[in-house]
Amino acid sequence: MKKLSARRRHPLAAVVVLLLALAATGGLYAAFAPASKAQADETAQSLAIEEGKKLYSVGCASCHGTGGQGTTDGPSLVGVGSAAVDFQVATGRMPAQQPGAQVPKKPVIYDQAQIDQLAAYVASLGPGPVTPTEKQYNPEGADIARGGDLWRTNCAQCHNFTGEGGALTKGKYAPSLEDSTPKQIYEAMQTGPQNMPSFPDTTMPEKEKKDIIAYVKSVNGDETPTPGGFALGGLGPVSEGLFGWIFGLGALIAVAIWVAAHTAKAKKS
Amino acid sequence: MSSNEISDKNLPHEQGSAHGTAVAENPFADPGLPPHKPRIQDVDEQAAKRSERTVALLFTVSMLATIGFIASFVIFPVDEIVYVWPIGHVSATNLSLGLTLGVALFCIGAGAVHWARTLMSDEEFADDRHAIEAAPEVKAKVMTDFADGARESAIGRRPLIRNTMLGALAMVPLSGVVLLRELGPLPEKKLFHTSWKKGLQLINMNTNEPLRPEDVVVGSLTFAKPEGLEEDDEDFNNKIAKDALMIVRIQPQDIKDRRELEWSHEGIVAFSKICTHVGCPISLYEQQTHHVLCPCHQSTFDLSDGARVIFGPAGHPLPQLRIGVNGEGNLEALGDFAEPVGPAFWERG
Amino acid sequence: MSTTTDAKRKAPAGERVADWADGRLGIYSLAKANMRKIFPDHWSFMLGEICLYSFIIIILTGVYLTLFFHPSMNEVHYHGSYVPMQGIRMTEAYASTLDISFDVRGGLLIRQIHHWAALIFIAGMFVHMMRVFFTGAFRKPREINWLFGFLLFALGMFTGFTGYSLPDDLLSGTGVRFTQGAILSVPIVGTYISMFLFGGEFPGHDIIARFYSIHILLLPGIMLGLVVAHLILVFYHKHTQFPGPGRTNKNVVGMPLLPVYMAKAGGFFFLVFGVIAVIAALFTINPIWALGPYRPDQVSTGAQPDWYMGFAEGLVRVMPGWEINLWGHTLVLGVFIPLVVFGLVLAAIAVYPFIESWITGDKREHHILDRPRNAPTRTALGVAWVTSYMVMLIGGGNDIFATHLHMSINSITWFVRIFYFVGPVIAFIVTKRICMGLQRRDRDKVLHGRESGIIKRLPHGEFVEIHEPLSQSQRYSLTAHEQYEPAEVGPAVDENGVERKLTRGEKLRAKLSKGYFGEGNQVPKATAEEYREISSGHGGHH
Repeated sequence: MKKLSARRRHPLAAVVVLLLALAATGGLYAAFAPASKAQADETAQSLAIEEGKKLYSVGCASCHGTGGQGTTDGPSLVGVGSAAVDFQVATGRMPAQQPGAQVPKKPVIYDQAQIDQLAAYVASLGPGPVTPTEKQYNPEGADIARGGDLWRTNCAQCHNFTGEGGALTKGKYAPSLEDSTPKQIYEAMQTGPQNMPSFPDTTMPEKEKKDIIAYVKSVNGDETPTPGGFALGGLGPVSEGLFGWIFGLGALIAVAIWVAAHTAKAKKS
Repeated sequence: MSSNEISDKNLPHEQGSAHGTAVAENPFADPGLPPHKPRIQDVDEQAAKRSERTVALLFTVSMLATIGFIASFVIFPVDEIVYVWPIGHVSATNLSLGLTLGVALFCIGAGAVHWARTLMSDEEFADDRHAIEAAPEVKAKVMTDFADGARESAIGRRPLIRNTMLGALAMVPLSGVVLLRELGPLPEKKLFHTSWKKGLQLINMNTNEPLRPEDVVVGSLTFAKPEGLEEDDEDFNNKIAKDALMIVRIQPQDIKDRRELEWSHEGIVAFSKICTHVGCPISLYEQQTHHVLCPCHQSTFDLSDGARVIFGPAGHPLPQLRIGVNGEGNLEALGDFAEPVGPAFWERG
Repeated sequence: MSTTTDAKRKAPAGERVADWADGRLGIYSLAKANMRKIFPDHWSFMLGEICLYSFIIIILTGVYLTLFFHPSMNEVHYHGSYVPMQGIRMTEAYASTLDISFDVRGGLLIRQIHHWAALIFIAGMFVHMMRVFFTGAFRKPREINWLFGFLLFALGMFTGFTGYSLPDDLLSGTGVRFTQGAILSVPIVGTYISMFLFGGEFPGHDIIARFYSIHILLLPGIMLGLVVAHLILVFYHKHTQFPGPGRTNKNVVGMPLLPVYMAKAGGFFFLVFGVIAVIAALFTINPIWALGPYRPDQVSTGAQPDWYMGFAEGLVRVMPGWEINLWGHTLVLGVFIPLVVFGLVLAAIAVYPFIESWITGDKREHHILDRPRNAPTRTALGVAWVTSYMVMLIGGGNDIFATHLHMSINSITWFVRIFYFVGPVIAFIVTKRICMGLQRRDRDKVLHGRESGIIKRLPHGEFVEIHEPLSQSQRYSLTAHEQYEPAEVGPAVDENGVERKLTRGEKLRAKLSKGYFGEGNQVPKATAEEYREISSGHGGHH
């Protein structure tokens, strides 16, 4: 219990450190701003790595090792690439709270700038998938129907017809994609987080990833029409059956009770 | 067995049914139907009037709802989507037609029932029951009639007629059974083979291009079909139902099964995508454990150990396709599957 | 009866039509027997009506759907109004179902009414069957009608299955694939049945058209006949009734068909239809557009059949993967055993009336219903059966339960494997105890009266609760049930002193009869002597 709470403290401590780091970054940026552009980029990059390393040693090193080489508590991060870091941290999965069958989604504790710094640091450990740019993942203009076909071949077996998620072995699961952003979906396909297999560009090119994102966002978004009414979770026959029994048959039995009940008698007068 | 009947003494006695005086003697005797008590509507004309108005109102609402149904049908285009809190973005026609139809029907029913409950007489009557079984004389009459009929037909005396007739009646349905033979072909060896054969390239289902070994990285999942099979082919579904492949790459040192390693190409293994349980396309691949789960019945196979079954109802491992690399550097099959793919069957052996 | 004036007066139009019909159909004799036929009022007697009406609704909406549905497996590219399917290759069956859902005004509503009514139809039959079971309404003379009802339930399941398979979507296609795999597991003839049913290899191009004729013609035709026979027998036997004052085995107490029952039953049809229409307006069922067309190499997680096939699905999911290879043949027990158990579970409930009547040896007619507590062993068996059924439903939905209850799918599977055997035993014991407790309470109530909740202090300081004696009709209702004596195997020697051979059946029956009615398996009901002794002897002390 003690060990656990000690671990829980990491992210909180991190926030304080991060605020300081942020102020420092701002100050340093101000100092280096007038330099030429190319030089600035390079310096900004090395600065980001520097800052990321600080964040890393506070929030990540206890499980993944001080140099990202991995420990018994966490895998090596050498070569996972910035995309993996961006996915794991921006969905709140990392830093993990406790060991279990699967690390769940949680509220995010870093801001995007910090995530980028962490990603920059981890990317510097070894080459790996790079965080996608908006041009890569923005599904605008993609072929939704083609995406649906690809979705049913590659994704639906775990994530369900419309991305509601599903069960895997021994308590693991494929999460619902309802709240996932296009960027996160892209990164997940690119990097294969946790037990999800990856779908690298070599076997699933960028365009097809976009098609898939377009499909899943069109059938599982806030604006997705459910023409027939309440979707009952989009889970198929199990929820439909439960509803039919409890509310369908239940309502009819309630009506039957009314039909068969005796009408109020007049008071004896 | 049942010839030895249970004697009647096991059967319970009927509860004494007595009226009037007998009640005093038997505290559990049937007092008979209680006297009918009037309802409010039976004694209060005001209440009865209220009921009448309620019934009429319900029938009127039904009429209005039917008009609403027709109006909705005319007004809303079939593809109109409207936002309705708290349901969401729903079809305007489905919602409006369904609600108006529902109300129109429900109000007819509610009106009729309310009428019956409050205004029709609610006095209970008792109808007598009569035994289902016929009286002995009736039965005796039937038996003689039957005996007469049977005797007049002479069926008992002329067994030749009886036997040939039974024979003819027994045989004639065979024609119907024989006709069913045309429903489909015989199984022969159809279930034993797939389209895979030596030299066929593995085509990526996503890109429709041949797969190259360097495309397939550790931890990735890819699906493949045989070269030459196109989605628009007439028999695509029949073919892909047996040909579909699941391709993963496992570090050769992590592969526990020797044959699996031999049949792989540098750790790239090709397994049938069709579950050996009842044939669902199995493909819930966990890249860290190398387990693959079937979404239909949860059979779990270990792809790092010859696709051995480690959980669930499947009876045997997923068949593996032996693969290699051809001159162009593409992955190719080195033959058909060594065993039938998909669910097990009697002739599989 | 002034016939002369009546003959001169021109009869009203309705009467003249009735006369015309009577001359050809004999409707007056029919009406004489049935117009004022008595039906008892109880909500649980209307469960069957829910089934009947949803069946009618299914036929009405089904006919409408056939006007637009194309039962064809010809492949087309979709160009209707549903954007996420544009250009996708699919069968005409799937494309026409999309059209019904998106391009036919009211088509989606009728589809949803059809499907919701089907779920409710079979759920209603299940509950109706349980009502009949737990009240012993299946006893003589109603055993045949029980079988008719059972057949309707079983056929309803298969009609439902062939129906939801027709759209040829990815979910139902997966179900058809499962069926084909299950057929293949049948020893010796499995591959032949599969080839014949599918017109060749799976999926082929025939199965939708074949399911279509089974779904809209063959099965509903048989079911319609069975429904009519079921209803004729209900009329012929007259309805059963619960025990109560004035209600005997020789009468039926209630209200006449015309007008009360006609208004209530007729009204109830509209109520059922109305409720289902509102449900269909508000709740999506089987959104096939979200599922995609069937392809044998695609699948989605959460692949379940409709609820009524759920227990079969559960059996298949939790069965260990046994497979025996011998002499060049494969016995696929992992699939075949669930298939057999599926049949046995259904058969068990079908034959129960015959088993019970064999055990009791009772050949009399029964028109007064049992209260479930008064038949503890039967009730306990029924609850055990329902428990095993429900455990299998959990098995059939194990993946959905796993994700939504945050449990491991493997643990749920193991839970179901164990509880399929343990659960019914526990349910049996617990139910029997509850029934006995309720019987004991009834007995106390009859003998000592109802607890009034009024506490009285006696002169010597003791506090007692006043028990109000029950009315005559309450006492009658609580003691009207019959109690069997356990059957004896009879003397070992017959009247001539010759040793009688006891058959194994007789011994078994005696044992079962003891289990049903022996000491400790029912509470002897209060006798008149006990009642008199208590009410006179203690002088209202209680």
